[in-house]
Amino acid sequence: MIAAPKVIAVADHFGRMIDVLCNPFECIDRRILDHPPVRISLAMTTIYEARKVVTMNRSRPLATHVAVRDGRILGAGSLDELTGWGAYKLDRTFADKVLMPGLVEGHSHVAEGVQWRFVYCGYFDRTDPDGTTWPGLRSIEEVLARLSAANAGLSDPKQPLTGWALDPIYFDNRRVTREDLDRVTTTRPIGIMHASGHIMNVNTRALELAGLLRAGINHPGVPLGPDGLPTGEMKGPEVMTPIGPHVGLDRSLLASDEPGLRAFARLCVRKGVTTAADLANLLPKAAVEMMLRVSGEDSFPARIVSLRIARDISPAELIDRVIELRKSSSDRLRLGIVKVIVDGSIQGFSARLKPPGYYNGAPNGLWYVAPEQLREIFERALAAGIQVHSHTNGDEATELVLDTLELALRNNPSPDHRFTLQHCQLANAAQFRRMRSLGMCVNLFPNHHFYWGDQHYALTVGPERAERMNACATALASGVPMAIHSDAPVTPLGPLFTAWCAVNRLTASGRILGTQERISVADALRTITLGAAYTLGLDGEVGSIECGKHADFAVLEDDPTEIGGEHLKDVRIWGTVQGGRIFAAATI
Amino acid sequence: MTGPIPVTLIGGYLGAGKTTLVNSLLRNAGGRRLAVLVNEFGALPVDADLIVAREDNLISVSGGCICCSFGSDLVAALIDIRTRGRPIDHLLIETSGVALPGSIVQSVALLAGLAIDGVIVLADAETVEQRADDRYMSDTVRGQLAGADIIVLNKVDLVSSERAAAIARWLAEIAPGARVVPAEKAEIPAEIILGGPPDLRLIAPRLQPPRHRTADYETLNLELDGSVDAGKLGRILADPRLGLLRSKGFLRGSDGAFVTLHVVGRRSQVEPAPSWIDGPGRLICIGFAAEMDRAAILAAIRDWAPKTSL
Repeated sequence: MIAAPKVIAVADHFGRMIDVLCNPFECIDRRILDHPPVRISLAMTTIYEARKVVTMNRSRPLATHVAVRDGRILGAGSLDELTGWGAYKLDRTFADKVLMPGLVEGHSHVAEGVQWRFVYCGYFDRTDPDGTTWPGLRSIEEVLARLSAANAGLSDPKQPLTGWALDPIYFDNRRVTREDLDRVTTTRPIGIMHASGHIMNVNTRALELAGLLRAGINHPGVPLGPDGLPTGEMKGPEVMTPIGPHVGLDRSLLASDEPGLRAFARLCVRKGVTTAADLANLLPKAAVEMMLRVSGEDSFPARIVSLRIARDISPAELIDRVIELRKSSSDRLRLGIVKVIVDGSIQGFSARLKPPGYYNGAPNGLWYVAPEQLREIFERALAAGIQVHSHTNGDEATELVLDTLELALRNNPSPDHRFTLQHCQLANAAQFRRMRSLGMCVNLFPNHHFYWGDQHYALTVGPERAERMNACATALASGVPMAIHSDAPVTPLGPLFTAWCAVNRLTASGRILGTQERISVADALRTITLGAAYTLGLDGEVGSIECGKHADFAVLEDDPTEIGGEHLKDVRIWGTVQGGRIFAAATI
Repeated sequence: MTGPIPVTLIGGYLGAGKTTLVNSLLRNAGGRRLAVLVNEFGALPVDADLIVAREDNLISVSGGCICCSFGSDLVAALIDIRTRGRPIDHLLIETSGVALPGSIVQSVALLAGLAIDGVIVLADAETVEQRADDRYMSDTVRGQLAGADIIVLNKVDLVSSERAAAIARWLAEIAPGARVVPAEKAEIPAEIILGGPPDLRLIAPRLQPPRHRTADYETLNLELDGSVDAGKLGRILADPRLGLLRSKGFLRGSDGAFVTLHVVGRRSQVEPAPSWIDGPGRLICIGFAAEMDRAAILAAIRDWAPKTSL
């Protein structure tokens, strides 16, 4: 005869209370027989005490305690209120911390985790997944010094030296040349990716290996020096691809791999992020299996929403594939959303702009999809209940998406489709009003103001449109559900930094770019939690601290609601709680 | 030693007939091992009866041809396809419906072992003018046409002959120098796109378009003794006033060594000839019988190669 264990409560895998039992075995047996897939667990209630809980729940915005059981929130409130849930353990780990809903990054790329295998050459300080902060490099000399140090650490003379995040815009726009990099080494190939991801600098050895150290090259992406040979600056993906494998930037490396995914998730913990969108993945079978396995590990600290990019296959096959992907989702790997790239980038002059076009007179950019293809993808996705996120940078690209969705919705009325415009940097007020009418969401890119706002003002779109870019205040005033994003690794992952950008709209030189488009701290904090969650269809599960949602928290040393908008980026982050599991940045 | 692999771009807006043309070339490859790169595998990238085997992004086609999809990364696919180790006589790139051929030409030129042979852009006779005035796509469609060496004005059977003639005149304005070839079902002689056979003496004096005739093609088959400046000759043959679509020659250069001359529409190119070439220089020119100005062609060639014999 086995003694029945004392059972306080039983919850199913959604965290719902099933029963308080007198005869647990009989009940469990019955339920297992009736519902074999349901996992019955003996769950423990933990009540976390905090200095402050900022809930994003309108009816209960602040609390001192939050109760968690089996990865779900039972409630936020006072200790007294929460003890009604039954036996509990009081956890005072966060007694002097501020809890927010786990931050949601609505547009990043898991490849951020891969970049850190390379030498960081950026102008701004940046923290790697291990927590080391690499000081920004303020001159070409400093870049060369860091590269030389890395070069000295490599023993294999043929191994390429690879760097990333270079931004010569900040070096008085003096172009980096192969002669500069040759001072580091002439025997080993060097390749340094720019921060924009659109340009690469290489040394002479790399050009030799790629067969490009020759006269007579006639390509706008390959500037030539006075000697008629390439200067080593390679502009545009079609020019970078042939040389990439010679400098350690193989395409397969730039997609996510297992160590990259793990590194990315560690970075999420450091930034208070518990849910992050991986916005453009081909999601081949092997990658999905790897991501399911790794994200399913008990120690994996983030929820990844990975979008299938529309590429390689026809719209019909694409939607079929995404329907299948959706079925294979797990709690920490969400699949089943489509990403379409409509145009290029503003700083690369490949975004599609409405008249009068680029400020410096550059010709209009490129389309990456034809209207008929976009229409077919939209129609099929709406019919199947699949969400589509569309990358548009220029306002003409945004207009095409609005026109196309309007037509597609007539054939496929879908009250809650949440089709989302990603970047959408140049949208004007009329376009935001149309987004609202069509039920669209928008995910704007305020980090651009800080990193490239001065260039947008002076060169790409000119003063007026630079001030209107990423019009967060207009979006909110128009009632468009909004997220804001980093596009990591293009700019660093960090929703609180992105929120700071939206609140202050400062450029790197200190110019305020569009005073009227600044938003309040409260709106910004809501945007990096519930706002981003809404665009991913997850606002019912995450984005606020309230009864029934996942126990996903950002654990902060400072109070973002008190620190002041100008200091929002300086809020210190202790770590996260994800699905009720605690992850400290210091030990991740 | 082998020369670079000739690369032909097949561009044009959605629905213009690119896939149909590619399939027609695969059927009429004439023993050439074609490698076809397509932007994406649509419902039927290759006619089912031609398919020998299909893997993820590679279709094996009868006659030793292959077809791969390249997604957004054409350059990587070009590098990949040559590392597969399959022999390739001619590479065809079927671009996406919104791609600009000009930038692809520049990218291919960066890759060792490949040489652009020609840019073929298809235009749907029924819709091309409307596309060229489309609110969003106007500059893209016009840019595609302007980048063509040869424009295949497809589906001419669906418009009146007056209409077709008017469109051809309009195309000549927005794509100066490009040859306009009317076609039904994208059918034009494979030789125009793929060049003559390796040995030019094998080519028939008069080409027949497959199955039905949209125009009468004619060839000039010439022998050229002595040496010529092949680059200059190429530029002459590319002059639209001569009415030629395609020329290919094995010519003796000023240093006595043989070179290969390719002319596709307005594009001409010279490269070292295969080592087995011997005997007198040979040149074959293909054009429309009605448009080819034989006297002018011969006069132009005689200026550069006085000992030409017919």
